[in-house]
Amino acid sequence: MQTLVAYVENKPGVLNRVSSLARRLAINIDSLTVGPTQNEEIARMTIVAHTDERGAHRLEASLEKLVDVLLAENISTRALLERDLALIKVSADQQNRPHLMELIKVFRARVVDVAPESLIIEVSGTVDKIDGLLEVLRPFGVLEMARTGRISMTRGGDLLQPPPAPAESPEAVESKAK
Amino acid sequence: MKLTGAEILCESLTRLGVREIFGYPGGAILPVYDALGKSKLHHVLVRHEQGATHMADGYARASGGIGVAMATSGPGATNMVTGIATAMMDSSPVVCITGQVSSKVLGSDAFQEIDITGITMPITKHNVVVTKAEDVARTIREAFLIANSGRPGPVLVDITKDAQQASAEFNWEASAPKLPPKRVRSNHDQAEFDRAVEMLNTAKRPIILAGHGIMVSGAMRAFEQFVRAGNYPVAMTLLGIGCFPANDPLNLGMMGMHGEAWVNNAIQEADLLIAVGMRFDDRVTGDLRTYARSARKIHIEIDRAEINKNVPVDAALVGDAREVLERLTPHIKTSDHSAWVRHISELKGDSAVRDIQSLPDSGHLYAAHVINDLWKETRGEAIIVTDVGQHQMWEAQYYHHNQPRTLITSGGLGTMGFALPAAIGAKFAKPDSEVWVVVGDGGFQMTMSELATIVQEKINIKIAIINNGYLGMVRQWQEFFYDKRYVATPLVAPDFAALANAFGIRGERITKRAEVVPTIRSARESAETVLIDFRVEQEDSVYPMVAAGASLSDMIRRPNNPLVETATEP
Repeated sequence: MQTLVAYVENKPGVLNRVSSLARRLAINIDSLTVGPTQNEEIARMTIVAHTDERGAHRLEASLEKLVDVLLAENISTRALLERDLALIKVSADQQNRPHLMELIKVFRARVVDVAPESLIIEVSGTVDKIDGLLEVLRPFGVLEMARTGRISMTRGGDLLQPPPAPAESPEAVESKAK
Repeated sequence: MKLTGAEILCESLTRLGVREIFGYPGGAILPVYDALGKSKLHHVLVRHEQGATHMADGYARASGGIGVAMATSGPGATNMVTGIATAMMDSSPVVCITGQVSSKVLGSDAFQEIDITGITMPITKHNVVVTKAEDVARTIREAFLIANSGRPGPVLVDITKDAQQASAEFNWEASAPKLPPKRVRSNHDQAEFDRAVEMLNTAKRPIILAGHGIMVSGAMRAFEQFVRAGNYPVAMTLLGIGCFPANDPLNLGMMGMHGEAWVNNAIQEADLLIAVGMRFDDRVTGDLRTYARSARKIHIEIDRAEINKNVPVDAALVGDAREVLERLTPHIKTSDHSAWVRHISELKGDSAVRDIQSLPDSGHLYAAHVINDLWKETRGEAIIVTDVGQHQMWEAQYYHHNQPRTLITSGGLGTMGFALPAAIGAKFAKPDSEVWVVVGDGGFQMTMSELATIVQEKINIKIAIINNGYLGMVRQWQEFFYDKRYVATPLVAPDFAALANAFGIRGERITKRAEVVPTIRSARESAETVLIDFRVEQEDSVYPMVAAGASLSDMIRRPNNPLVETATEP
C-alpha cells in the first residue's frame, strides 16, 4: 500500500483526471480523499493505492504531468500522521448499552447520536484503530458505517506545500515553448 | 475592441503564427468558419476529420511547430480520435479545435452533442471546454503553450457554439496564459550526474540508443558533439531516424524488432547503454528479461514517468536532451572505442550477403529495390512519409536519412492510413521540399479519399504504393507464427493508377525493376502530384525479425534463398 499526496486545481473534472489516470495504469485505489486547502483555488488529495514503490513512482510522475496537478509526492516512507474518520451506527438496547459505552471510552471514540434502538459512534484515528473498534462492535450489530478514507501529513518540519506562482512572466514561458 | 468568440479564435491563431488549419465544417463550428473566411488563415478542407488530425500531425513533425486541426461537434470530433491518439503516442504537438453544442443544452443529448473532452482525456496531453467568449484567447494560448512545451503532445479545445457567437472584449496582453504553478523539480541530481559520468568514462563497449526526443529538443548539434567526444556507436529507434546522419560511420542504423542484426547483437553485448530521448518501447527491447543484461544503463529523458518504466536504469538524467548532453559532453574523458566499433563491424558478418540488394535480379520486383532506388534518386534528401507495416520497415532499412524531420511515420500507435494525410500536412509545412508518400495497398485504402484534398489544394507530392496484394505485415506474422493460414490478409484493391486518374492525378503502374528508376525520375520532374503503383513480390517478408516477446538475440534471418515466385496479377 502506497500513500501519495497531491495538490490540484480546485475545479471540476480534476478528480476525474486523477482517478482516470490510476485506472489507465491499472492501479487500484484503496482510498482517495479531497478537500480544500487554506488557498481556496487549490485542493489537497491523499491517495492510498494498492501498488508497489515502482507503481507509486509511475503514478506520482504521471500525476505531475497533468496540467491541473501542481505537485504529487509519494510520502509512504516518510514519518507520517495518518487519520481516518468513521461514523458507525450500531444497534444498542438498554441491556448492552453500558457495555458499549465502556468500549467507546477505551477507544477514545464518542457517541454523537442516541436513539432508542441505536447509537452513532464517531471515531477518528489510524486505520488500525478504527478497524479494531469495528471488530469489537460487530457482535452488537453494525447497522451502517461511513468512513472518510485516509488523510496524511508528514510530521514536523517536513513540509509539503503547494508550489508558489512562478516568478517568470507568462509571456516569457510562452516564448520559451516556441 | 469587441469581437465574437469566433473572431477572437481566428485572431489568436493568427497571432500565434498559424497559417494553415486542416478541418471540416459543421453546425456547431459554423461561427468559426464564418470568421475564418474573413481572416488571413488558410483552411484546408479535408475529406475526413481523421485526415485533418494526421495532416496537423504531419505539419508538426515536419516543421517542429504546432499543427492545427478543426472539426465540428459529435461525429466530427469523434472522427479525430485516431489522429489524436497517434499524436499522443509520438509526442507530436497538435492543437485540435472542436465545436460544441451551446452551453445551455450541454448534457442534454442535443443533436451532434458528444462529450469529446471525456472521450479524449486519456489520449490528449490536456483538454478543455470553453463556454465563454472571454475565455477563448487565453485558452488557445494555453493550449499552444502546453502542446509544445516539455514532452509535446496533442491538446483539444472544445468551444461551445454560444461562446463562438457571443462578443467579448479582445485584449491580447490581458489574455496571457495563466497555467497552474507547477513544482519545479531539480533536473540534475548531482550524485546521479556523477554516476553517469563515471559510467561513460569506464565503459568499454558503450552504445547510444537515440530516439525522437533528440529532434523534439532540437539537440542534433549537442548530440553530435556528444557522440564525437566519446566516439560512441549510435543505434536509432524508428522515430529517432534522422537525428544523426545515416552516412556517418558511427551510425549503426535502426534497432529492435526489425533492426539490423548487428545492431541488436551489439546492444546485447554492450556494457553501457546511453538512452537519449527514447522510452524502451517493447518493439525496441524485445523480452525485457534478456535485454542487454551485461550493460549498465543511463537514461536521458524529459519525462520522469518514463524512468524505470520498462527497463531499470543505473543513472537517470531527467531533463531536456540538449541541456543534459551539453552538460555531459565536457566530462567525457574516454574517447577511444575503436576496438568495440571494429567488433560491431565484424558482427555484420554475412548480413551484406543476405541482403536482398545483393541477390541476383530474378525479374521480380521487391519493395526493398523500390525504396533503395527512391533513396538513390532523391539522394536521401526527400521527406518520406510512411504508413504502417512492411513498407514502413523497409523504408527504415533502405532509405538512409541524413537530416532530422525527413522521416515522418506513426511509431507508437502504428496507425494505418496515416501516410497520405500526414504527407499533405508535411508539404504545407515544407512547401519547397520534395515529399514522398510510401504506403501499402492496405493503408492507402484507409484514407485515399484525401487524394481529393491534394487536387483541391493543388499541391505536389509523390505517392509510392508498395502493392503486394496483402496486408503484408499481418501476412508475414501468419506465415511465421500461424502456419501460413492467411486469414483476412489477401486484399483486393482498385486499379490505383486509374483511381488516381479519376481524381485528376497522373497514375503509373510498375511491375519490373527496370521501370522503377525511369518512373521515379519522370515523377520527380512533374510539377504535380503523381501516384505510382509498384506491384511488388507478394509474399516477401521483412528481415531480420525479433518475434513479439522474444529475446533481441533471437532473430529470424532472411533465408539463403528467399526468391519466392508468387508475384502475379492479383
